Amino acid sequence: MTRSRHLPSGAGCPAALLGLGGLATFALLLEVLPRAGVLPADYFPPASRIALALLDEFGQPAFREALGDTLLTWVTSLAIAVGAGIAVGVAIGSTPLVRDLTASTIEFLRPIPSVALIPGLIVLLGTGMESTLVIAVYASFWQVLVQVLYGVADVDPVARETAHSYRLKARHRIRYVVWPTTLPYVMTGIRLAAAVALILTITGELVIGTPGLGKKIDVAYSSGDVPSMYALIAVTGLIGVLANVVTRRAERWALVWHPSVRGESPA
Amino acid sequence: MTSALRRAAVFFALPITLLAIWWFASAGSTDFLMPPLAKILEVFPETWSRHRLTHDVAPSLIRLAVGFAGALLIGIGAGVVIGSSRVVRLFAEPVLEFLRAIPPPALVPIFILVAGIDNVMKVLVIISGCVWPIVLNTVEGVRGADPVLAETCRSYRIGEMLRLRMFVLRSASPQIVTGARQALSIGIILMVISEMKAASEGLGFTIREFQTGYQFPQMWSGVLLLGLIGVVLSLLFRVAENRVLVWYHGQRAAARVSR
Repeated sequence: MTRSRHLPSGAGCPAALLGLGGLATFALLLEVLPRAGVLPADYFPPASRIALALLDEFGQPAFREALGDTLLTWVTSLAIAVGAGIAVGVAIGSTPLVRDLTASTIEFLRPIPSVALIPGLIVLLGTGMESTLVIAVYASFWQVLVQVLYGVADVDPVARETAHSYRLKARHRIRYVVWPTTLPYVMTGIRLAAAVALILTITGELVIGTPGLGKKIDVAYSSGDVPSMYALIAVTGLIGVLANVVTRRAERWALVWHPSVRGESPA
Repeated sequence: MTSALRRAAVFFALPITLLAIWWFASAGSTDFLMPPLAKILEVFPETWSRHRLTHDVAPSLIRLAVGFAGALLIGIGAGVVIGSSRVVRLFAEPVLEFLRAIPPPALVPIFILVAGIDNVMKVLVIISGCVWPIVLNTVEGVRGADPVLAETCRSYRIGEMLRLRMFVLRSASPQIVTGARQALSIGIILMVISEMKAASEGLGFTIREFQTGYQFPQMWSGVLLLGLIGVVLSLLFRVAENRVLVWYHGQRAAARVSR
């Protein structure tokens, strides 16, 4: 437990090689199995054809537009969810009475699947970006809110009492006592929310028909263009990988001072 | 007695207030897109009749249960194999990271192509989405097992099956439960979407039909029902979690007190 990080820098090379080997094997299987007839090639095009379709897509303005739409919806929903989650979380979490009063409501609202709202949103807001934004914000907001509430509750009682004794203003109390404790939780919330917001963005495009990659996947599917369907799905996966990498980097960057990142004690 | 009363009051105050606001604010609504809450509740029993419950709601829930159980089996199995060996883990990690990052709803068209629009497709969609959080959390859980206990197992030459059951799975179970919780909410999303995209029965399909058929009170009652199902499933999950992890929560509480 004391040495939770298994990878000293010297072992980085074989690790990266193994990972590349895994990716290569995966691509090779995707290439060989359909060609050998193990997987039906109509439904599983070989990897090389998917790659060609991907190159082809990148050349098309319609693809770049869809990519831009998806990224815009995703980042907007994430920003709204994170901003609202932090504000509401700190406001609710700072007062025990408010926290107790809202606990049951949060417990009821949070598990409501955001896709349940889709039919209602279509009739109220139409099939534009707003509907997709609402389901993405709804789903990712709870991820942030719950983490912030955990974080605010985790504030060291001694620090809280000290701030109280010194009569720190609410503003300063939040800045110097609540925020440093809450930040690791906020970063976890953002990482979870980024993945959830992407899922719901693609879902909205696919099911509601909001412009974006999800809609393009649906169009490729219904026009029988199987390789570009796979290529587009792969693009959504790459966005997801990018989101993970960026949020992890941001987490380390924002928490350089924190023991869990400095590795002084097991988190 | 008074403290129990107070707790009940705190618990119900806000939900009742919100429902009352919805009830009265929508009471005079003539907007046929947003019917009064009273109307929605009025059509609820007839909309979700016994016939609908057995022909639409039950199949959806059964598919969810089968898919979730399948994802648990596959996910824990794969997670234990991958987590137990450093080489396998490093080999599989980038591929897993990529596959996990694909938003599962994007896979729905692939599964429709491969498996048609019947139950198999929907169960596959649910498995394909639920399996990743379970695999990745199981890998982390197996990796994070206490090395002293692992050495002890080896020294005492504890049999493979017994070690798996009593040590590996047990020590990974808090992580597995976390993964399963994420998987459940993804599973509900996929249950609804797979039916909204392509189905001839099911909860998602029925709600979508109400929407396209301009039966808005019925549609909103379906949205309510889906919300209720989400809440009930998360409550059931918590009951199961408390049973499985009773030792873990006890340990944590004890650690907190001693600190």
